[in-house]
Amino acid sequence: MANILVVLEQRDGTLKRVSHEVLTAGRELADSVGGELHAVVLGPESLSTDGLGVYGADKVFATLDARLELYQPSAYLATVAARVNEGDYDAVLLGATALGKDLGPRVAARLLCPFASDVTAIAHDDGIVVSRPVYAGKAVYRLRISGTPCVITVRPNNFAPAESPRAGAVERVALSRDPVANERTVRVKEPDSAALDVSEAPVVVSGGRGLREPENFTLIEDLAAAFGNAAVGASRAVVDAGWRPHSEQVGQTGKTISPSLYVAVGISGAIQHLAGMRTAKVIVAINRDKDAPIFKVADYGIVGDLFEIVPRLTEEIRKIRGN
Amino acid sequence: MKIAVCVKRVPDSEARIKIGADGKGIDESGIKFILNPYDEYAVEQALKLKEAAGDGEVVVVSLGTAAVQETIRAALAMGVDRGILLETDAQPLDPLGAAQALAAELRDGGFDLILCGKVAIDDYAHATGTMVAELLGIPSVSAITHLQLADGQGTAEREIEGGVEVVEFTLPAVLTAEKGLNEPRYPALKGIMMAKKKPLDVKPVELDPGGIEVLDLVLPPARQEGRIVGEGADAVPALVEALQSEAKVL
Ligand SMILES: Cc1cc2nc3c(=O)[nH]c(=O)nc-3n(C[C@H](O)[C@H](O)[C@H](O)COP(=O)(O)OP(=O)(O)OC[C@H]3O[C@@H](n4cnc5c(N)ncnc54)[C@H](O)[C@@H]3O)c2cc1C
Ligand SMILES: Nc1ncnc2c1ncn2[C@@H]1O[C@H](COP(=O)(O)O)[C@@H](O)[C@H]1O
Repeated sequence: MANILVVLEQRDGTLKRVSHEVLTAGRELADSVGGELHAVVLGPESLSTDGLGVYGADKVFATLDARLELYQPSAYLATVAARVNEGDYDAVLLGATALGKDLGPRVAARLLCPFASDVTAIAHDDGIVVSRPVYAGKAVYRLRISGTPCVITVRPNNFAPAESPRAGAVERVALSRDPVANERTVRVKEPDSAALDVSEAPVVVSGGRGLREPENFTLIEDLAAAFGNAAVGASRAVVDAGWRPHSEQVGQTGKTISPSLYVAVGISGAIQHLAGMRTAKVIVAINRDKDAPIFKVADYGIVGDLFEIVPRLTEEIRKIRGN
Repeated sequence: MKIAVCVKRVPDSEARIKIGADGKGIDESGIKFILNPYDEYAVEQALKLKEAAGDGEVVVVSLGTAAVQETIRAALAMGVDRGILLETDAQPLDPLGAAQALAAELRDGGFDLILCGKVAIDDYAHATGTMVAELLGIPSVSAITHLQLADGQGTAEREIEGGVEVVEFTLPAVLTAEKGLNEPRYPALKGIMMAKKKPLDVKPVELDPGGIEVLDLVLPPARQEGRIVGEGADAVPALVEALQSEAKVL
């Protein structure tokens, strides 16, 4: 009976939320193929592997080593490939994060097996069947993968973590190879503020050219702060103008995100912007042009001057959230 | 410095996507095709490195149908020296297929550096360059926004969630370009004229069919029609009320 393997992801010794999502997707798939769910986790000694059984892992293979504080591609690849070769796996699942998008293709090329990235649904129907948005979200492929094992990366914020208790027995696996083999991650530069990243925040408040001046982005920052769990996003127009860093850009040449709530302020809603946020659960638009395309995808809109509307909204959200 | 750049022909990002008659691909009629935007960053980086070194060669390689010649000419017009078309009758579904064909062509080319885009805006695989590196057994760094090279060594930066990774590697290597790496140049008229005369080799290739089969290609479910809750700041309480009790996101 074939099993499913998931690769988990940590940062600073803590497992990321996306790991629980990938476990949940993996558990469902393991149940439909009638196999076990195994997890591979790499990280520093301080990383806790407790509780992975809660999200459905039957077994956890943990490689904990001081040299694995940061993502080291060669060590990750060697460890995952060795595990796949030892087990009997139908599929290897990773999150489509900066790490997963780098590691997934390496694993598929090493094992010479089929690869599907950034999938939004996985099922088992005479082979593994996945859904993949393509053409900037303007169309969706349903693909049947016939080879096993296959490598799949799953879109973050798409599979809600669900508890499904299993044994989660942990087996320690020694680091099999010098992690400094090919390329070496030497450090991670953290931003000055502990701001949330647009791709991980449950709420994203984005500003566009309607803000008129870079200084006016304080309106967006204040609204994000009022929510407490929000990140600041931006349209390409304001990133290209140098008002905001590229890391905040949402859209086709920025980040593709699926927050619970997306607030677009002074953003027209160009097709390339929509490509990055149309899968948000709830979309709010504030724009003075009632014909702006952003209103076509917004669940709720307010037509009018953002300079009047946003401060009022910030005030109301503060009252509710107590921030 | 000898540099290869892998480029892909993709539908323009504004293109309206219609599903073709077989329900398994797009209807290409009326669609404008362009050089994948991320590949423009890769081409620009290659040209900059060659200019800084004072000598060398930049070669673009593209896998696809005969129509891809136009895309290769666009890169030649930017200043690339020559092009190679790996001609097939269709783009492979699995990026591994493209990566294998590209790696086979690049393996004995003596390249110091291979540059790709981080992602193609049609299939969104975000994979081909990294796979080429693995197939060739050389280092790779994906989605880079900053690059420094000296004495056969390099340092690149890549954006990760809430931070920037700094990665060291040795040459030869494969790097995939993220927006922000540079500002791609526009081809000058002279470049466009010269591009017509630059060498473009066409080599037919057979692709591994791979293990992926299309069941169908469909348009995404339309978002349910939303509503304008009102005009101006007076509409804010109604919006907050809707977010709280209707959408339940507050
Ligand atoms: C290959 C390619 C890739 C691209 N990738 C991206 C991408 O990743 N992300 C992206 O965002 N764009 C991308 N674009 C650019 C995109 O086409 C648009 O140009 C861009 O999104 C516009 O940004 P904007 O909405 O901020 O500005 P505009 O289109 O200028 O819109 C400003 C809006 O603000 C409103 N406004 C003005 N003043 C006020 C006010 N006082 N109160 C309320 N509303 C006001 C206006 O009505 C207008 O709707 C890409 C383009 C190309 C060609
Ligand atoms: N058919 C192709 N021919 C040449 N290069 C390609 C091809 N497909 C992908 N690439 C390269 O790989 C990058 C990533 O593509 P993808 O993995 O399809 O998202 C592109 O930006 C190109 O640099």
